Amino acid sequence: MAVAESLMQGSARSEGLRDTLARRAEAVVIPALALLAGLVVFGLFLLTQGKSPFSFLYYVWQGAYGSAFSWQNTLSRAAPLLMAALCVALPARLGLVVIGGEGAIVLGGVAAGALAGPLAGVTPVIALPLLALAAMIVGGAWIGASGALRFYRGVNETIASLLLSYIAIALMNHLVEGPLRDPASLNKPSTAPLVEGLRVGNLPGMEVHWGLLFGIIGCVVSWVLIERTSWGFGARIAGANVKAAQVQGLPVGRLVIGFTALGGAFAGLAGFFEVTAIHGTANASLAAGYGYTGILIAFLARHNPLAILPVALLLAGFDASSGLVQRRMDLPDAAVVVLQGFVFMAILISETLYGRFDIFHPERRAR
Amino acid sequence: MSIIGEEPLPPGALEVETLGMTMRFGAFTALDDVSIRVAPGSFHALLGENGAGKSTLVKCIMGFYHATSGELLVGGREARIADPRHAHAMGLGMVYQHFTLVPSLTVAENLVISRKDAPAVIDWGKERAGLDAFMQSMPFRVPLDQTVARLAAGEKQKLEILKQLYLGRRFLILDEPTSVLTPDEADEVLGHVRALCEAGEISVLMITHKFREVTAFADEVSVLRRGKLVGQGKVADLTHAQMAAMMIGAEKDTTPAPRSGTTGAPVLEIDGIRALDRSGLKEIDIRSLTVRAGEIVGIAGISGNGQMELMEVLTGQRPLMAGAIKVEGAPYSATRAEAQRLAVRYLPEEPLRNACAGRMSVIENIAFRSFDRKGDSPRFWTSGKEMRARGTELIAAFKVKVAAPDGPIAALSGGNVQRAVLARELTGAVRLLVISNPCFGLDFSAVAEIRARIMAARNAGTAVLLMSEDLDEVMELSDRIVVMSEGRISYEVTAAQASLAEIGHHMGGHA
Repeated sequence: MAVAESLMQGSARSEGLRDTLARRAEAVVIPALALLAGLVVFGLFLLTQGKSPFSFLYYVWQGAYGSAFSWQNTLSRAAPLLMAALCVALPARLGLVVIGGEGAIVLGGVAAGALAGPLAGVTPVIALPLLALAAMIVGGAWIGASGALRFYRGVNETIASLLLSYIAIALMNHLVEGPLRDPASLNKPSTAPLVEGLRVGNLPGMEVHWGLLFGIIGCVVSWVLIERTSWGFGARIAGANVKAAQVQGLPVGRLVIGFTALGGAFAGLAGFFEVTAIHGTANASLAAGYGYTGILIAFLARHNPLAILPVALLLAGFDASSGLVQRRMDLPDAAVVVLQGFVFMAILISETLYGRFDIFHPERRAR
Repeated sequence: MSIIGEEPLPPGALEVETLGMTMRFGAFTALDDVSIRVAPGSFHALLGENGAGKSTLVKCIMGFYHATSGELLVGGREARIADPRHAHAMGLGMVYQHFTLVPSLTVAENLVISRKDAPAVIDWGKERAGLDAFMQSMPFRVPLDQTVARLAAGEKQKLEILKQLYLGRRFLILDEPTSVLTPDEADEVLGHVRALCEAGEISVLMITHKFREVTAFADEVSVLRRGKLVGQGKVADLTHAQMAAMMIGAEKDTTPAPRSGTTGAPVLEIDGIRALDRSGLKEIDIRSLTVRAGEIVGIAGISGNGQMELMEVLTGQRPLMAGAIKVEGAPYSATRAEAQRLAVRYLPEEPLRNACAGRMSVIENIAFRSFDRKGDSPRFWTSGKEMRARGTELIAAFKVKVAAPDGPIAALSGGNVQRAVLARELTGAVRLLVISNPCFGLDFSAVAEIRARIMAARNAGTAVLLMSEDLDEVMELSDRIVVMSEGRISYEVTAAQASLAEIGHHMGGHA
């Protein structure tokens, strides 16, 4: 808060609070309107199915935030979403659109699941950080590879990361059905269940696992990295104009690989928590679509790591309420996916609106 | 788009006249009661400094803006232009400073897709016959099958003008059409435009900063200053000094800043470097080039003879195939650490495209050199407060006109972007300054100021390598002049012994 205040004061000195607010409002108002537009279109879609959009909103509220139980459900889902969104938001600072976070989550989870066996006898204080580190390295290498392909070979990072995530899922299936399969897992091939000591528990006083806290810390750290460090500043220059960054002698290649790898590491960490806190084993449930929802969250948050926090809470709420909505309104569970699709379309369309409204650009009024 | 019941406009060049045109943005008056008449078939020049209202005036004519008050007459009739499409339908066209062609398409494809009635399925046989006939009827031509990306700048600008004629425009606004052309290309293009005016095909309103072009090609001139029309007349009756006086409001000394100081030890040494050029087919090959402390070495040459590639080699954007670059005797590969240690700075051409991040703020752009340094030591944590203090100070010191230091730098005019870049690059000790076309498209007073700053850096002992396609600029600033032709250095001469004819001869590659 103190940071935000000093920021405001700093700007106020040179151009007045009103102008600063006007400039910042653009990044809030446009995504909010896009979200609203997506909801309205989804409401029309519901009407064609003979369902009431208002009761949909009511059940979403009930299922996501209506009770302590719903809150915990929402927050548990928010944890991996925060980290998956960072996997999109960090590379976005370099102008890269990485959409393969799902692959890094899956492989991070497999790495944790696979190493949990050998580390079963080690004290959890040492073993858990090692598992987390392994998951982050695997996730980081996976997404970092798309960054490296982009920088050294000119391969489109969007396509590369998407295809790599299909490979990751196939690799996961191969491993948990083959070399890493626990013979006891009969109808759902999985790695051997984690020993009790390696299971990550809940935050004190809540039914929500520790991943939430790490996700929040990840967002704050990422924001500080981008906004307050020379690496982040260099990345922003390279993302805004790579030629200018080169003329300034900035190590563009290292920034590209570093930021993509860091994003992948966060996604890998999400996989670690899915295995150690939720499933207790690595299996096909790791590919739950968090990586894709993360893309939507990062875009809604305009790739601002702090804005990811509220947006992830909202999207996790949609996710958490889907069961209730499904039962009460007799809708297929794909309804939430349809909603996400509409919102994402609206967000992409809204990208064309930036810079069009003079109200957000005080410098134009002066000319 | 002719309105039913109204007679069509007469064929041939159009007359366009503004009457008391006024444009306000909020409290700011960008254009104040401006009346200009462009007679049919005349070539009218519009002079003014950056921000004088030239762009606003032409945007009002073209329908991008709707004037607050005042009238527009086209062919003697009052015209209310709703949007650019409406203007196009009336035969008004505009050629921009930067190209609006699709680089990956051929000339013929560019022409056909530019048409409003371009068919969904193109009958190339028919179109081709039409285009051939059109090209034959023109006083100048561009090869139809060439890909636009492969055309030289002058050819592209010719194509832009041909495109307007192909679209049936009879009144053309040229917005600094020669800023990316060499003097010869500019003369050729404007010569053709002039011939078209004399033939009664078009009338032209040209925004420019170059007095030479006004005198050589225009019939009449109007001068804007701070949104007001401050002078108008026949070009034949006016001298350059009078036009300059109208533009800046007072007679201004145009003699270059005095030289002082002595030439010192070599700072930049280039030894036998070779690199591929942008086509990947040819090489640039520079045997030896030395720039000493306290001297300006000017590289003259026609655009596309390897200057851009040399700049990219020096900034580390283009790999070397052979040879070495040394700064102060140490091998130099343009990393940030080396550039900082050896105090090497760059002013690339088109600063908004090559040296700035358009959507980042003015203050952030000014911090590009210094955000990771605290005095002489590196820093990890950036400080918004220090950045702001430094930015504010430099904005004042370099007189950057900026409405909002926190607004995107892309909102600034060209001259002010260059001032902001100068503020960043010329602050602190500078051992070597590498410059490319620093004054492209800038107005008169910005040009004088920027050249004075370059000269001041030289006098303070900086080694300056200046690449410029503006031969006057090279002649004015350099202590030593080298000519680049086809990727090689073909001629070298001290400024004292330089003759324009000899340099021009070598620039043309006839040595």
